Amino acid sequence: MANITALLAGLIFGLGLILAGMANPAKVLAFLDITGSWDPSLALVMGGAIAVGSIAFAVAGRRSRSYLGLPMHLPAARMIDKRLVLGSLVFGIGWGMAGICPGPALVLLGAGSSEGAVFVAAMLLGMGIFEILERSKSVDRSKTGQHV
Amino acid sequence: MSIDWNHFTPWSALAGGMGIGIAAALFVLLNGRIAGISGIVGGLFKLQTGDMGWRMAFVAGLVAAPLVWQLFHGLPTLQIDTGYGMLALSGLMVGIGTRYGSGCTSGHGVCGMSRLSPRSIVATLVFMGTGFVTVYLIRHVFGG
Repeated sequence: MANITALLAGLIFGLGLILAGMANPAKVLAFLDITGSWDPSLALVMGGAIAVGSIAFAVAGRRSRSYLGLPMHLPAARMIDKRLVLGSLVFGIGWGMAGICPGPALVLLGAGSSEGAVFVAAMLLGMGIFEILERSKSVDRSKTGQHV
Repeated sequence: MSIDWNHFTPWSALAGGMGIGIAAALFVLLNGRIAGISGIVGGLFKLQTGDMGWRMAFVAGLVAAPLVWQLFHGLPTLQIDTGYGMLALSGLMVGIGTRYGSGCTSGHGVCGMSRLSPRSIVATLVFMGTGFVTVYLIRHVFGG
């Protein structure tokens, strides 16, 4: 059941991205180009999503299990650290270069765009590199007996 | 700054945004998970059994969205003017950056902002800010 609802959530998410214009990199870049002829549409995408999301998360925050009886996995981290800021900084530069973030990238892939496919391949490579670096770091820690 | 009223699409943007919000709402209320795309995809690399199915299912839904859309309607313009080299570099940075920063436009920008998470508010301000600066530099300083 959880896989079916995940599939459905992914599908609705993708349809929302297409309707919103967020899956169109040229439109995203027009939003990010605040000193040019600025298209503010995507601010409304965020506004619409947050308006609905804030109600759902207020409900979710008061529950320990989901309506399917699954444990609630809400982020517990509270620290604003270097990783968060530097990672977001690198992400923002990459986003500004092509106007594509992870969700729209997968939609573009599904739309059969070869540019989308190249972007997704590079993105997966980046995520794989992160995973390898994280793993080697945790191996180092276990060798030296450090625990984080 | 001048607003490009010809390309401003407030209603579809708002409706699409609400669609994204509904998806995030369903996902947290039914699956108990944050609809953060970089986290969902990046988590696949951990190869944890019992954790792969829902991740793959969500990704499949996202990839299938344009196909389902086309059953009813022609796809809107999806215009990419960026060259392949730049696309590859951009994808790489998005992949690494979102994993180090623990989220992207969806995880921080939509879900985190909805939860008023201080981490997500900072992350969103940072990636929006560097996004604005990057486009400014590419279009108005180097691109001309």
